[in-house]
Amino acid sequence: MKVVVDEEKCVAAGQCVAAAMDVFDQREEDGIVVVLDEHPPPELADEVRNAAAVCPALAIRIEE
Amino acid sequence: MTAPAHVLVVGAAASGLTTVEALRRKGYGGAITVLGDEPHPPYDRPPLSKQVLSGTWEPARTELRTGEYLAGLQAEFHLGDPATALDVPTRTVRTQSGRELRADAVVIATGVRARTLPGQELLAGVHVLRTLDDSLALRADLLAATRLVVVGEGVLGCEIAATARTLGLDVTLAGPLAAPMALQVGPLVSEALAALHTERGVRLRMGAGVAGLTGAGGRVTGVRLATGEVLPADVVVVAIGAVPATDWLADSGLELDNGVVCDARCRAAAGIYAVGDVARWHHEHLGRLLRLENRTNATEQAMAVAATLLGEEQAYLPVPYFWTDQYDAKLQVHGFLPVDSQVDVVEGDVTARRFVARYHHGGRVTGVLGWNMPKQTRLRRQEVVDALRSTPAPIP
Repeated sequence: MKVVVDEEKCVAAGQCVAAAMDVFDQREEDGIVVVLDEHPPPELADEVRNAAAVCPALAIRIEE
Repeated sequence: MTAPAHVLVVGAAASGLTTVEALRRKGYGGAITVLGDEPHPPYDRPPLSKQVLSGTWEPARTELRTGEYLAGLQAEFHLGDPATALDVPTRTVRTQSGRELRADAVVIATGVRARTLPGQELLAGVHVLRTLDDSLALRADLLAATRLVVVGEGVLGCEIAATARTLGLDVTLAGPLAAPMALQVGPLVSEALAALHTERGVRLRMGAGVAGLTGAGGRVTGVRLATGEVLPADVVVVAIGAVPATDWLADSGLELDNGVVCDARCRAAAGIYAVGDVARWHHEHLGRLLRLENRTNATEQAMAVAATLLGEEQAYLPVPYFWTDQYDAKLQVHGFLPVDSQVDVVEGDVTARRFVARYHHGGRVTGVLGWNMPKQTRLRRQEVVDALRSTPAPIP
């Protein structure tokens, strides 16, 4: 699994962090998404898919 | 409970599409049909008042998913064919083109329609902004105009005013409240918003109700306030809120009261559910009906209903979230901000336009608002969650 984010689409809601805090964070200054782990382990796969689903800007893409 | 063999989703925007995606992600292998009233493939609305209106995004960029992805969902999409009636006992939906679709479960996701002023449809140059076509038509008119009046000082009106000002128009924002978004964010933040808009050159006409429109030769010439003053305009946007799109359900027998009235699981009747802007469901932590018009709710409620359809029944208990971007100001709100809250700035500084405010009402935290501090605001969301869960009680 690979996580790809579109910083330009990101609206800094932080929903992804709430859904998968080991994989996503936000920049301190403007809240834009930061990917902590581009290739998350299988045990986090559900969380990561959920994070992509709840993103209100659809800024997270997952390549399985 | 066994999963329904056929799910019909009425509405093809964010909440409708998310329902389909969530069902498939959870492994649902039954038939899915989606009805959409607009001809466009599912698209996102928040950019319509910002990136699309300003022209920084091509319209296609608002598409929620690629054609390839949509095809992979194995759902039958009928776009450009509005639903016209629902027979509740048989869960049969009729459409404008004459289709009759019967399903084991129906998910109502028809959203809202923009509220209008009497007679505005008779005048060219008067717009609402709800759909992609609305946004493109408004943009075309703005590019040829000098003076814009925005009627309505809510979130949408403020965003349109900011975008139009950025495009170089002469902009007036009019509405009955004391300051922009006063109902949504309370006095402290709405006064800061008033200062921001004024500084950027928007003329504010606050505290003035709108009496009507003036026109000549079939085209709008201005907005008449209740005080008698006329604000001259080449283009007018009416952004005075929205009404749930439930006309097609008038004879269905479903309870309609500012939306489709639902129980705590977003169920309106046996096998019939509602999601997104159109749904007014019983929020158990608040102890009352709630209807939310925001982007995050469209997704979360759709995911909750998809789970319910597959037998994972649970009450839908979101902490509401919305954001707005105006100029370089990014406001984010978690929870509820009753207008008579006590508001404390807990981080940053209002005058620096970088702060987090915490709202208290009835002795507990009900919400947090951030201005250009998204991460710091989100970190305080848990305070709202904890307060709502520990002391369930109505919030006005």
